[in-house]
Amino acid sequence: MRVLDRKIVRDIRRLWAQVFAVAMVMACGVATIVLAVGAYRSLEETRATFYQRQDFADIFATVTRAPLRLASRIESIPGVAAADFRIVQPLVLDMQGMREPATGIVISIPAIGEPRLNKPYLRQGRLPAVGRTDEVAIVEKFAKAHALAPGDGFDALINGKRRHLRITGVVLSPEYIYALAPGDLMPDERRFGVMFMPRPALEGIYDMKGAFNSISLAVNDHSAFPAIIDEIDRLLKPYGSRGAIERKDQISNAFLDNELLQLRSMALVIPPIFLFVSAFLVNMILSRLVSLEREQIGLFKAVGYGEAAIATHYAKLVLVIAAIGLVIGSAAGAWLGRGLTKLYGDFFTFPYLIFRESPDLYALAGGITALAALAGAAKAIWSVTTLPPAVAMRPAAPIRYRRLLGGFGAHINLLSQTATMALRHLVRRPVRTATTALGTSFSVAILTTALFMFDSLDVMIDTVFFQGERENAIVSFATTHDRNVVTDIAALPGVLRVEPFRSTPVKMTNGHREVKLEISALPADGDLGRVLSEDSLPVRLPDAGMLIPHRVAGKLDLRPGDIVSVELLLHGGRTVDVPVVGIIQSLIGLGAYMEIGALDRLVGDGRRVSGARVSIDANQIDRMYAVLKTTPAIASFSFLDNTLEKFREIIEQNISIMTSVYIGLAVIITFGVVYNSARIQLAERARELASLRVLGFTRAEVSSVLLIELGVIIALAQPLGWLLGYGFAWSVIHGFESDLFRVPFVVEPATFARASLVVVAAGVMTAMIARRRIDRFDLVSVLKTRE
Amino acid sequence: MPHYDEVMSKNEIEQPAGAIFSARAVTKVYRTGTVEVRALRGVDLDLFAGELAVMLGPSGSGKSTLLNIMGGLDEPTSGKVFFRGEELTGYTERQLTRYRRDHVGFVFQFYNLVPSLTAWENVELVTEIAKNPMRTDEALAMVGLENRMDHFPAQLSGGEQQRVAIARAIVKRPEVLLCDEPTGALDSKTGIIVLEALSRINTDLGTTTAIITHNAAIQQMAHRVFMFHDGRIAETRTNEKRIAAAEVSW
Repeated sequence: MRVLDRKIVRDIRRLWAQVFAVAMVMACGVATIVLAVGAYRSLEETRATFYQRQDFADIFATVTRAPLRLASRIESIPGVAAADFRIVQPLVLDMQGMREPATGIVISIPAIGEPRLNKPYLRQGRLPAVGRTDEVAIVEKFAKAHALAPGDGFDALINGKRRHLRITGVVLSPEYIYALAPGDLMPDERRFGVMFMPRPALEGIYDMKGAFNSISLAVNDHSAFPAIIDEIDRLLKPYGSRGAIERKDQISNAFLDNELLQLRSMALVIPPIFLFVSAFLVNMILSRLVSLEREQIGLFKAVGYGEAAIATHYAKLVLVIAAIGLVIGSAAGAWLGRGLTKLYGDFFTFPYLIFRESPDLYALAGGITALAALAGAAKAIWSVTTLPPAVAMRPAAPIRYRRLLGGFGAHINLLSQTATMALRHLVRRPVRTATTALGTSFSVAILTTALFMFDSLDVMIDTVFFQGERENAIVSFATTHDRNVVTDIAALPGVLRVEPFRSTPVKMTNGHREVKLEISALPADGDLGRVLSEDSLPVRLPDAGMLIPHRVAGKLDLRPGDIVSVELLLHGGRTVDVPVVGIIQSLIGLGAYMEIGALDRLVGDGRRVSGARVSIDANQIDRMYAVLKTTPAIASFSFLDNTLEKFREIIEQNISIMTSVYIGLAVIITFGVVYNSARIQLAERARELASLRVLGFTRAEVSSVLLIELGVIIALAQPLGWLLGYGFAWSVIHGFESDLFRVPFVVEPATFARASLVVVAAGVMTAMIARRRIDRFDLVSVLKTRE
Repeated sequence: MPHYDEVMSKNEIEQPAGAIFSARAVTKVYRTGTVEVRALRGVDLDLFAGELAVMLGPSGSGKSTLLNIMGGLDEPTSGKVFFRGEELTGYTERQLTRYRRDHVGFVFQFYNLVPSLTAWENVELVTEIAKNPMRTDEALAMVGLENRMDHFPAQLSGGEQQRVAIARAIVKRPEVLLCDEPTGALDSKTGIIVLEALSRINTDLGTTTAIITHNAAIQQMAHRVFMFHDGRIAETRTNEKRIAAAEVSW
């Protein structure tokens, strides 16, 4: 080993604590790249493989009932590679051990052979036999939630009749990776089950012989998408089509897309923060090292080492630090990435997980880290290589201090002299003070970004569950019923209040822009289901016209007062013009709102309802459950308390994992920045602080100089961190925003306080570790040498 | 933690009348790795109130080690050191800090001023923690720096910096002033100005002063001179006739 390289090894050994602190910060950057991109790729790859192997469809459409003779016309649409014509029906389930009823969906599979598209993946047992009307295959999550296996059975209310179904197999479905019940907000594997039955059985039960109500298509020419969708919509118009949708709007797939998007934005936002901080730390350490070794550098030059050799020497030191960070970060990232992918694999249901080993990722992470480190070191290296040897061998000129406030109040003791020392030192190096504060502020920002989600979701829960949806349950019918049904529902046991609603799928068009969504119609004076303004205040529904959410207004470029063309999809595609009366808030899904009578008049088929919101006496809820388990007309229902509970459970799980990761990251940044700046201050000011000890200052008093400096930096970092955190949080919220949901942007003051508390605590602990160095000062030797 | 004054009363010893400092059979061994350096090999010494003592001797003869032990910066390997009848050698770290704070002033070869504080503030630094300090301006006036008070160390000459260090050492009205090569980094002209300041403080305030120097010329201004050699005091001389600091020359 060459002598200069030996020096690197010794330097690293000597500076190990600081090197470790920087390497840890770098490791966080590397780990977040490897973690987020790795998990993204694995999840993406797993999904793509699963979709491909199970022939997941490209286009989906639902109709009320269409004849199978349309099949050949649909299959011959140019660009269509395969089509599957299915019967899909909702059902009510009575599961053992569950007080409340569950709901489900039953999907037909062909009598002969397997489905051409959206093939269920068999995990256990077999698919139900043709000719049996009581056999089903159920999805794995539902089976697990109820501890069911092939051979077991359960009761279901199918088309008004109670039947006992026997399980033949357990499957996974590419359509229900994220298994959300219609109208629900969160997947609930206990209360919603997807199952498969042979077509002949369903034809018999639902009187669907020679008919279908669900169609899926595979497309071999992606440029033909719009044309195919238009053609499908045209062909299915007479059959109550709800409008064909592309794969990207398929609910399970859309949620997965959303999740992948979040992983990607994590990979784009978090690593740069760490790399910036580590570049700055490298700069700090190397500048100090170089100024300490100034005379040695002069000597190297004097004996004939060139500038390049010296620059390479320091660059190597920096690269070794980066390499340590890379190794730790890659290992941690790969490990966490596998964990995260597994977590996703459990949450979403994949039969297998494909881990993409990504050598390019490590190369990328390594390259970026090395670049960040060298960028941080560049200035320090440049400053040494350009010094003439004779100048380098002389000690650097002393730092010139300036009075604060230009000498105002020179001989008045506004501050103790030790505080003055600390403040002048900070002011003397404004760039370093500012960057140190900025570095620390990233911890505050990261924590704010992690913690504000609780605030936003609290507001979201309050808005959705307590301001908007104030009912206990929503009951939906398979088809619309006459308004009189409300009286029947009101007569059910325990029902305190009933509010009918009517919803109908539409296509809204404004010029060349179009959106498919549902119009929900409610009573104008409703108290259970309320429409909220953008400031979350209840809005009275207008007698005519409709209210649309902000996002829809944006998509269709509509303002209040505009007229929009509305195609009533379930009513033969009749198109009517409807005025937009106002813009409202919508946190979940896209939906327009009207007064129920106004929609009735628009459709012109009388006073109809699709379902009702009910409030129920909690003491009578069990009787209500019993009724639901036996009432044929009811297609689905959801109990808001259950939904809320599930919502909270999933959120708490996900966010608490995320929060602990972010707290860890913030502590590492704080430690890295505060420890290094403390050590460097101590090194630079050892003589000064030792002098104070000689003058009779106690250790605590001497430490106060150091602690005041660190305190000021940490204090400066707080407002800066809040500001940055607010910005990050805002971008996170906007990253989340999709047609599926929108989270309101709320950051409570307590969140800033919590973020600060963690950082201050981490900072104080780090400062205390660094402070112990003061106790170890050798007073005599410090004073004997000239700096 | 008892105050050192309380500890003192329990350790009364016989010190010669008028002695502020007494060292008895003091030895000091430094171990660095396998190397053992015997810096002091048994030193006995008394310093009396108001005395100005000069310690002469070659490098490594033990003068600085003794001064550091007397000042509470270091501890002897064996032997005892007394300050006004109290045994310093039994002090805890905290008591030694209190001792330095209340009774001892230090002046070093390289001044050791705080670079981020002005002359005035460097002195004020000590008045903030001293029990009965004089006014900062007064201390600076005693070393002739009343017009340079608002300058930072980097804006002062070496001699001026050393005088600030002296003002900082005496502002607390210490009983003892310990100076380690106070003129070592100065030319003779500025060195003499510094010596004048030390001499004036010794006379005006009656501060017991010990000055370590390589410079034999300085011994003429002392009451007594201790010649160090190889970790021992080889010779003690009393000057019958002292000369003023201004008359010292080298």
